[in-house]
Amino acid sequence: MAKKIKVLAIGELAGNQLSPGTRELLGGGRDLADSLGARVGIVLLSESAGKTGAEAIAYGADEVYQAEAAFLKNYQPEVYLQVLEKIVKKVGPEILLLAQTATGRDLAPRLACRLKTALAPDCVALAIDPDSGLLRMTRPVYGGRALAVLVCKTRPQMATVRFRALKSREPDPSRPGEIKPVTPELDQSKIKSKFIEKVVEEVKGVPLENARVVACGGRGMGGAEAYALLEELAQFWGGAVGATRPACDSGWVSSARQIGLTGKIVSPNLYLAVALSGSSQHMAGCGNSKMIVAINKDPEANIFSFANYGVVGDYRRILPPLIERLKQVRKGPKD
Amino acid sequence: MQVIVCLKQILDPEMPSGSFHLDPNRKRAVPPPGTPPVLSPFDENALEAALRLKDGQGAKVIAVSLGDKLARAVVKKPLSAGADELVLLEDPEWEDLDHFASARVLAAAIRKIGEFDLILTGRQAADWDAGLVGSALAEELGLGCVTLARKIEVVKDKVRVERVAPDGYEVVEALRPCVVTVDSELGELRQITMPGIFAAKKKPIQEWKPADLKLASPAPARCELVDLYLPKRETVCEIIGGESPEEAALKLADKLLEKCPA
Ligand SMILES: Cc1cc2nc3c(=O)[nH]c(=O)nc-3n(C[C@H](O)[C@H](O)[C@H](O)COP(=O)(O)OP(=O)(O)OC[C@H]3O[C@@H](n4cnc5c(N)ncnc54)[C@H](O)[C@@H]3O)c2cc1C
Repeated sequence: MAKKIKVLAIGELAGNQLSPGTRELLGGGRDLADSLGARVGIVLLSESAGKTGAEAIAYGADEVYQAEAAFLKNYQPEVYLQVLEKIVKKVGPEILLLAQTATGRDLAPRLACRLKTALAPDCVALAIDPDSGLLRMTRPVYGGRALAVLVCKTRPQMATVRFRALKSREPDPSRPGEIKPVTPELDQSKIKSKFIEKVVEEVKGVPLENARVVACGGRGMGGAEAYALLEELAQFWGGAVGATRPACDSGWVSSARQIGLTGKIVSPNLYLAVALSGSSQHMAGCGNSKMIVAINKDPEANIFSFANYGVVGDYRRILPPLIERLKQVRKGPKD
Repeated sequence: MQVIVCLKQILDPEMPSGSFHLDPNRKRAVPPPGTPPVLSPFDENALEAALRLKDGQGAKVIAVSLGDKLARAVVKKPLSAGADELVLLEDPEWEDLDHFASARVLAAAIRKIGEFDLILTGRQAADWDAGLVGSALAEELGLGCVTLARKIEVVKDKVRVERVAPDGYEVVEALRPCVVTVDSELGELRQITMPGIFAAKKKPIQEWKPADLKLASPAPARCELVDLYLPKRETVCEIIGGESPEEAALKLADKLLEKCPA
């Protein structure tokens, strides 16, 4: 008999592909299933799945539960909950994983309630305890000041996972796997909320999540105009500009640029932290950067305990000569 | 219209990092001496949302707080800000509830309050940062739920919400009553005024115990906290100095060009 599906992921699509977070769930889920000697399943809900089922198998799934319907086009919690509750109960996994995305964070708590199980949200590490075989779920708490390890007593053991916490595998198009179509049913009388529209706020420039270099300004920037300096600085590497929450809340910068626990999570090669103090909630969004460089006028600022390099001083006196020098180098040596 | 806002008392999430300590035996953060607890900031955003509805179309706002050892100066703040009534659910039995058990107690209290059009709370409590209670409350009460609101309007029998999305926002309509969780983008709680504080003294406060809610003792936690620790950080910061800020800037430029060329 085939091994049981013990690890089940709930995937998300980005256009006609799996979202990056979904690929990570499959990579991480694969590791967990391998240490349990079990199989990995994934649920994909969409209007039209295209080739995403095959993609999921290439990234590590053994079985794909694929539900397609026009009513699954946009994420709507009560619609998705109805369909997912049925599928998850039928598969009966030991472990259920979602990505901590806009959808995952909205969906997972209510799904946990319906499955009468617990949920460890926003996990940064997952591992099977070798003695008990249970899932150890590690998540930051107190704004990232501490880490908590949780073990779930009910089934499934359910977690949402922070972006970049798990590693996706190289896709292998020759991996075997099975796509199982599921016919989704909907009881319209149980739907209490309705998606009306999505308003996309254009942010110009490189998307934060993909930028190799991020220049982030905090409350100490003092106003919207000062961010032009950060634009110039980031431009040298083709990078992106981010901001802390106070800078977004003050309206200096679009909230789509907020980095942190309640904003975006980035892990660039270089993170330039300018006039921001380095609060735990902010560092939750950038602490995994390869290199952090801080500019702050307060030598005691917390950011210096995260930074690899630091300059103590007023950014208004440091950024202009710094940018000037980088521009000179860009132009090449003078003749 | 009647709006219920659930607010949690927590350790100040913005306390200086030097003040943050853990009790390894109890697996809890130790309240730092001299730093009083606060209302979770997102719950304050939720209260602001309720007060804006009150200003705009008229509403009675009832604040609810659940826990043990609730500091009166903290949990009465909603009354000073403009809420009309306060319900305190305070008991040693309710000290360390998990998210699902908290939702169960809150749901029982809300049923006892009886009449409501909208239940608001913060997107997550700024201590455990889980973001479960609002959603679990909706499930307990069998209501719709919209998370991460940045704007809330009540239009006839519906609640129209703009919810924060990573690249903009979504507009969602839910039948009322429903639960809405609120994001900081909605805006900060208004300033407390002297007249507000005086007016609060006359506002009703109800204190309910487990017996008042006719609740059986709380269900065992579904999750066990097996470890709580401070993350280790090994980074040592090299400070780049100079005679003047300009000199430091040039040295930093050289370092950046060396470590991270364009
Ligand atoms: C639940 C919760 C979630 C949160 N989520 C987030 C989040 O996602 N992202 C986020 O960023 N925050 C978040 N916060 C807020 C967080 O706690 C901090 O308040 C915030 O990060 C501080 O922003 P800041 O560093 O810009 O401001 P401050 O802490 O005020 O720091 C400003 C810094 O600028 C320096 N400075 C001032 N002037 C200059 C100058 N001219 N030159 C050089 N340096 C100067 C100062 O020395 C100071 O260190 C959250 C808070 C809570 C409670």
